[in-house]
Amino acid sequence: MKNRKFILLFALILGLGMLMAACGGGEGAEDDSAAEDGANGEESSGDYSVGMVTDEGGVDDKSFNQSAWEGIQAWGEEHGLERGEGFDYAQSADESDYMPNMTRLVRNDYDLVFGIGFLLEDAITNIAEQNPDLDFSIVDTVVDAPNVASITFAEHEGSFLAGVAAAMKTETNKLGFVGGVDSDLINKFEVGFVAGALSVNPDIDVDIQYVGDFSSADDGKLIATRMYNDGADIIYHAAGAAGNGVFAQAKDLKQNDPDRDVWVIGVDRDQHEEGVIGDHNVTFTSMVKRVDISVQEVSNMGLNGEFPGGEVLEFGLEDEGVSLADTNEEAITEEIVDTTNDWKERIINGEIEVPQTRDELEGFIDSL
Amino acid sequence: MTSNKTFNILVPLISVFIGLLAGAIIMLIFGYNPIQGYAALWEGAFGDAYFFGETVRQVTPYILTGLAVGFAFRSGLFNIGAEGQVIVGWLSAVWIGITVDAPMYIHLPLAIFVAALAGAIWGFIPGILKARLGVHEVIVTIMLNYIALYSSNAIIRNVLSDSENSTERIAETASLSSEWLQSLTYFSRMHYGILIALFAAMIMWFIIERTTIGYELKSVGFNKHASKYAGMNVKRNIVLSMVIAGAFAGLAGSMEGLGTFGNMTVSGGFSNLGFDGIAVALLGANTAIGIVLAAILFGALKVGALNMPTEAGVPNELVDIIIALIIFSVASSYIIRWAILRFKKEEK
Repeated sequence: MKNRKFILLFALILGLGMLMAACGGGEGAEDDSAAEDGANGEESSGDYSVGMVTDEGGVDDKSFNQSAWEGIQAWGEEHGLERGEGFDYAQSADESDYMPNMTRLVRNDYDLVFGIGFLLEDAITNIAEQNPDLDFSIVDTVVDAPNVASITFAEHEGSFLAGVAAAMKTETNKLGFVGGVDSDLINKFEVGFVAGALSVNPDIDVDIQYVGDFSSADDGKLIATRMYNDGADIIYHAAGAAGNGVFAQAKDLKQNDPDRDVWVIGVDRDQHEEGVIGDHNVTFTSMVKRVDISVQEVSNMGLNGEFPGGEVLEFGLEDEGVSLADTNEEAITEEIVDTTNDWKERIINGEIEVPQTRDELEGFIDSL
Repeated sequence: MTSNKTFNILVPLISVFIGLLAGAIIMLIFGYNPIQGYAALWEGAFGDAYFFGETVRQVTPYILTGLAVGFAFRSGLFNIGAEGQVIVGWLSAVWIGITVDAPMYIHLPLAIFVAALAGAIWGFIPGILKARLGVHEVIVTIMLNYIALYSSNAIIRNVLSDSENSTERIAETASLSSEWLQSLTYFSRMHYGILIALFAAMIMWFIIERTTIGYELKSVGFNKHASKYAGMNVKRNIVLSMVIAGAFAGLAGSMEGLGTFGNMTVSGGFSNLGFDGIAVALLGANTAIGIVLAAILFGALKVGALNMPTEAGVPNELVDIIIALIIFSVASSYIIRWAILRFKKEEK
């Protein structure tokens, strides 16, 4: 009997405690929102706030999520805002988080919400339909809605220059391309690279293989091993984290035989740091995609009341949206830089139409 | 005799409490206000209609995967394969949803049934291997998870679409989502699946507590050899248990495919629904009602946690740690059990 009483008492106390905690929590939240309302009321008039939702990579993925967040931070700094008041991000752990994250930012009165990456296409389409008065923007794909600005990049043009540079550097006349997922987006990288290489030297052979996802670094390494063994000396990867395997293999080869020329061309960010091995660096160059610049620019357009809703913005060579990194000065010689600049001019002038799909590539090769 | 039952209620409650307490201490150590943090969690899960709807949406598959793990556990089997069973269920539900053309009263039940069947088949394989050859179900189910993940990726890319990243949307006649529920909850993705999940929990309770099959399953779980000696067919019961468990997990997949997303995308990793189901079953002490309650807790944690970074400034990583601590203290319920016993002894 005594035991039962004791347990009952214990449960009662526990229940009471939880109840009190819940009540206390509720009050706290109300106080918070009241305080926030007050703060907003004072300074928010005319203010424009920007939020972003990451894809599964998270905000510190060393790739485009991080780049986008850097862009938003820079934008906030430009206008004297602080994180949480004026700009913020919401991180998604898996695809079921996209919509709740979007909705939360919308309900916290953000005026413009970015979806980073083509994985958020469905989420942006839905939320834009539900909130026709707010601005949305998506990176890397196109959503056709009057209040969505689609940010895309001319990856094929940047990759073309990477191809030109690689064709000048190679000694074996064999190049490699490692893609992530065989999709329209990654095909742009592949096709641009091949077109660029063949424009310089039609005899060059490009070995193309896809990993199947953006995360399996071990598979990336296996593919790179085979390509280097087959005589390729430069591999261009567009495989996200799987591309780290390509770097790993190149560094292994370099460590075993420092005289051997193996190179990797990085993607999205300047991947100079990934290539360091002892006194050498296997990163030849990187095809840099300035997500940060694009995000910052779109935010400013929104702030000035010129939000490009319904439009597709392509950031290309002209506005430095894509470019080649020249950090590794030993590898990417002045001659190569000058030549790629020539080609860059010709692309900007419209003299060369860089192909974007495999079909267009065939036409391009025939015209060479 | 009553003490066993009281224990089953007390231990999970205390472990959740300890987990929350430990989380609060961690928040304090890192300089965040725990009351604010938990308030944000609560707001994010039940704060208004939208978040409530999203929580229900998340609870739905958790109930079903919890049942899938809990049911197998009752007959002494550790079903790590709920994840794979979810994936095949999801894929088949979407497949039927896209390809079949039929009125709703045929299409929707058919899609749900096929999903359960696919899950059941995925559960049957480790069941039969265990029964006939004595292969341990943990190993087989882990491997089957990968087979399910990568084959469904390949099928989405090559069969259900033209090397796209996701399938088309399912036909309206196969959809569980409801505009009425969405309008009630400010466009949350809450769908009718929650009714199916609750119904499935009732079925589990009925099978386990009120049928001969359930009695045999439990008996096999307690002691295989004694059950055999008593004239029960142990092998048949092992297979049956895995098949029913697989069907529950397959249903969970159909909830995602027909309700939440309406399609399926190629994914590089697991959805974690099946793995979270293990924690749900553990916290729910493998009983139907316990699993429903535990699923509500986990659903609320998962959805509410998203609110902690924005509202209270607690970083995502810390939120993950707090949730892991709760699961950890649930898993170590043995210690709590021991502590209570010790406490009681001293009192005597």
